[in-house]
Amino acid sequence: MRGAVNERRTEPPWVRRALTTVALAFFVLLLAMPLIFVVWSSLARGAAAWAAAVSRPDTASAIRQTLTVVAWVVPLNTLFGVLAAYAITKFQFRGKAVLTALIDLPFAISPVIAGSIFVFLLGKFTPLGGWLESHGIKVIFSTPGMVLATTFVTFPFVARELIPTMQAQGIEDELAARSLGASGWQSFWRVTVPNIRWSLLFGVVLCAARAMGEFGAVSVVSAHVSGETNTLPLQVEALYSGLDVTSAFAVSSLLVLMALLTLAVKAGVEWRYRRQEARERA
Amino acid sequence: MSIKLTGIHKRFGEYEALRGIDLEVAHGELVALLGPSGCGKTTLLRIIAGLEVPDRGRVELGGEDATLTDARHREVGFVFQHYALFRHLSVFENVAFGLRVRSRATRPSRADVARRVHDLLRLVQMEWAARRFPAQLSGGQRQRIALARALAVEPRVLLLDEPFSALDAKVRLELRRWLRRLHDEIQVTSVFVTHDQEEALELADRIVIINQGEVVQAGRPEEVYDHPANAFVWNFLGNVNVFHGRLHGSEARFGPLRLPLVARAGGGQREARGFARPHDLRLSPRPETLDDLPATLVASRMSGKMQIVEITVDGVDQVLEALVERRQFQSWNVAPGGRLWVRLERISVHSAGTDGVSPPDESFDWVI
Repeated sequence: MRGAVNERRTEPPWVRRALTTVALAFFVLLLAMPLIFVVWSSLARGAAAWAAAVSRPDTASAIRQTLTVVAWVVPLNTLFGVLAAYAITKFQFRGKAVLTALIDLPFAISPVIAGSIFVFLLGKFTPLGGWLESHGIKVIFSTPGMVLATTFVTFPFVARELIPTMQAQGIEDELAARSLGASGWQSFWRVTVPNIRWSLLFGVVLCAARAMGEFGAVSVVSAHVSGETNTLPLQVEALYSGLDVTSAFAVSSLLVLMALLTLAVKAGVEWRYRRQEARERA
Repeated sequence: MSIKLTGIHKRFGEYEALRGIDLEVAHGELVALLGPSGCGKTTLLRIIAGLEVPDRGRVELGGEDATLTDARHREVGFVFQHYALFRHLSVFENVAFGLRVRSRATRPSRADVARRVHDLLRLVQMEWAARRFPAQLSGGQRQRIALARALAVEPRVLLLDEPFSALDAKVRLELRRWLRRLHDEIQVTSVFVTHDQEEALELADRIVIINQGEVVQAGRPEEVYDHPANAFVWNFLGNVNVFHGRLHGSEARFGPLRLPLVARAGGGQREARGFARPHDLRLSPRPETLDDLPATLVASRMSGKMQIVEITVDGVDQVLEALVERRQFQSWNVAPGGRLWVRLERISVHSAGTDGVSPPDESFDWVI
């Protein structure tokens, strides 16, 4: 493979070298160095201090809160994403172009605004929020609001990953299944889902990663009560503004760790996907 | 199971795909729907399968109204142009699919499924590939698996959408003959769509020619080939020389060519077109009859054991194609620009009314 690529050189060597150097420099300066710095700073006062910072009750609570939000958001967005992608790629309907464009809306809107929308909509002093409150359901400044805001922000990941795959595959497989006597449900589980499983997994992993790290939208709808409604990113901010820099870095390093873990899962998925492709082709 | 379509209309937005199709297929028949791309033939096939619903008209399967029956209950096997095999399933599982999705009451046992699948794989000569995945097979092999998969549910009608169009020429020919033998063996009512006239002529019991959403002609291959109903069919079925001229009383005039039409006594003057197949033009190196017209050789190329010879008749600004046995042609030893003589042994003359009302269409077959 490497040989094949090198043989097809089109640019002179100095251009290739310059481009590679710039790309690498960017990567090192803006991505790798800060990450290394985070991990290094978090260990500046030794491993014991790191362990102490990470095992503080408010940090443990932030981990729990983060995982709770992720546990709600990922299934919700998987469901929405699959539904939206299925509708867009398999059906013809009015307003399809609008829906396709709207899926990207959360990417375009600032997360802070995304969070504010829910405060304006479901806050304590709004009709809907007030009604919910009177029935004992607190949305804003509590977990449901954080789930909603995160769902909004991470909505596009699954759908965006699925739509091109499903568009490329068309609807012939589903038609074939139907003419063979499969019900819609059987066709979905036995044909559609296996066809999209890798894209779906990519989408889910990306969605989970983003949901863990979301700060802006969650910050608006969270009550910022350390040990209660703080997620990890919020906890980092709280520690940092409380001038507990080492602890802030320690918690940050946790987030970095989780991010690396998702990347590893993504790489693993990709690797398995290639191996499967190879097996089905070999 | 017989198929009967009456007055099928289908429109996609502004585009009228089908404009009142009537069609009957007898039990056990192998019928080709033939037409240029975009003529509506695939839409028609999908309507028979229930993958598309007609705007108007009626679909009967085995004498029963099936217009609104869902595809999954029609007992129709459908073979897609690009196979539509399930890529995540092995060949075995692909063929078994239709049996596995049945409700528990009608689902065969594991052993029965395995036996059925292996029988079918043997039928399509693909038994060795049971554990392969579709991506590991060639186009022709995939098409045979798609066929086995469609047959697994014991359909009462088999529908094939351009089944050979994605294959290379040699495989296409093999698979075509093989499908004909298979059909003779299992005798299932079959309809296939093609834009390849050769395929339709060779494979089908009956050909239905479709153009712009309408049935133009239907009949046995020899019928439609030897007696095309109109100019479109002439042009579409096989190579043909087209002459532009006039009907003049009881005579057709195409340049220096005068053909007496006894049947047309006392008709007036009108424009007409003549159609003659290359093998209906008789070439010779020197005049043999009084009807022979002087011509000039333009070029020639081989086609199997025959030679396709391009000529121009003196005084006519049009290149004509004639078919001559190659040995014979070589023995004449003529080079481009050289002299030849040509006479027409058979021509079909058509004159179409411009508005379809008056004067009425006229057609004559003129044979020497």
